[in-house]
Amino acid sequence: MITETISFASVNVGDKLPGKEVPITSALIVGGALASRDFTSVHHDKKVAQANGLPDVFMNILTSNGLMGSYVTNWTGPDATVKKIALKLGAPNLPGFVMTLVGEIKAKDDSTGIVDIEVIGENNVWGMHMAGTVQVQLPQ
Amino acid sequence: MTPEETKAFEEKIHAFVGRENGPPKRGNDDVNEAMIRHWAEVMGDELGTYTDAEYAAGTGKGGLIAPPAMLQAWSMEGYPMAENPAQDIQRQLHNVFDAHGFTGVLGTNTSTEFFRDLKPGDQVTAHCIIDTISEQKATGRGIGYFIETLTTYTDQNGEEVGKQVFRVLKFIPADSNDAADSSTEDDSPSVPTRITSPRGHDNSWWWKACDEGKILIQRCTSCQTLRHPPRPMCGECQSIEWDSIESTLDGEVYSFTTLHYPKIPGYQYPNTVGVIQLSEGTRLVANIVDIDYETIKIGMKVKGSVEQVDEKTMLPVFRPE
Repeated sequence: MITETISFASVNVGDKLPGKEVPITSALIVGGALASRDFTSVHHDKKVAQANGLPDVFMNILTSNGLMGSYVTNWTGPDATVKKIALKLGAPNLPGFVMTLVGEIKAKDDSTGIVDIEVIGENNVWGMHMAGTVQVQLPQ
Repeated sequence: MTPEETKAFEEKIHAFVGRENGPPKRGNDDVNEAMIRHWAEVMGDELGTYTDAEYAAGTGKGGLIAPPAMLQAWSMEGYPMAENPAQDIQRQLHNVFDAHGFTGVLGTNTSTEFFRDLKPGDQVTAHCIIDTISEQKATGRGIGYFIETLTTYTDQNGEEVGKQVFRVLKFIPADSNDAADSSTEDDSPSVPTRITSPRGHDNSWWWKACDEGKILIQRCTSCQTLRHPPRPMCGECQSIEWDSIESTLDGEVYSFTTLHYPKIPGYQYPNTVGVIQLSEGTRLVANIVDIDYETIKIGMKVKGSVEQVDEKTMLPVFRPE
């Protein structure tokens, strides 16, 4: 369990978060769809996904959003507060791919204690899966 | 569609812009520990503030909170989506798209502001508006339109807890017969490999040695001049007689460049490619690895080795000594 919280003073623009590899499996795609209550067929039914032009079930955007959130809060620790998550999806995540998450601090607001973290998730087959910014308020 | 049909279709879909997606929708489940735990398991959330009530009580949060990214999940329709979705305004709009061949749907953007952490017992109600519909776009997935919805989330006291802009693409799926025909075998796209080395009459011997872990340098047997890349005739004495020696792969950086874009599948980025001055005297083009490219200097001593860089490719790579 992560118990330390990163302080606002200890981070600087340009700091990088440790990268993280996320193996994309059918379990993650279906599990993420269910955890986010998204029963759209393309996220659990391969035949429907294929009828939509993709070779297999693919990750729903709520799971991508959740992975972006967990990547950042696992780094910040428990006493940080997420203010905003904005992401744009690129290439789909399919079973068998590996997504690598990287993050970098792009801005720091001294008056609010909010830092902007750019997060990019690239998979090893089709490239950029998601790119976005997580704004998180850190304790001083 | 003819231009007239497209015009009529676009009039139909644009009539939805600005409409509320039905009455505000309260989540079927209030914020609760079980759904939070299921979410945290899948997403790899490791904070005790999400799953360990006793620990959470001692943190600045004062008790359990939900992972913020769950906000949208609380008011999702759930299982009926799979078979018999509610015919709300958004669904009716999608039906219009479906009837015109735009059957594909893909979430493309989500941007959510969170005004406070949600705690077990909170009740989330979603107020959703069809905000914009784009012009027709040609996308990687097919021709389609982006639909943007704006959702305000309120709690049991009517206070706003978050706001979300969500964009989906409704599109005509590209021909999917190839994918569907490939039956039961594992038809996930395989991990791409590098571009195959071009092997011809004059250079296949060199690549074959490379496959076996050796980097050879061609040598003129008449005047002993070394040459690379492989070619039939000596540039010094025009002899076509040659043999080869094995390089020690000691060298230094003669020149280098680092590629960032475009990212060609199968290659690692940033991709640093060097021209290596070998101690034997010839130069070799190869990746420089395991070093921050900003710290590479011309003249830097490097040592090479022949390595398997993907499933089917052996190549020399160089590292700083």
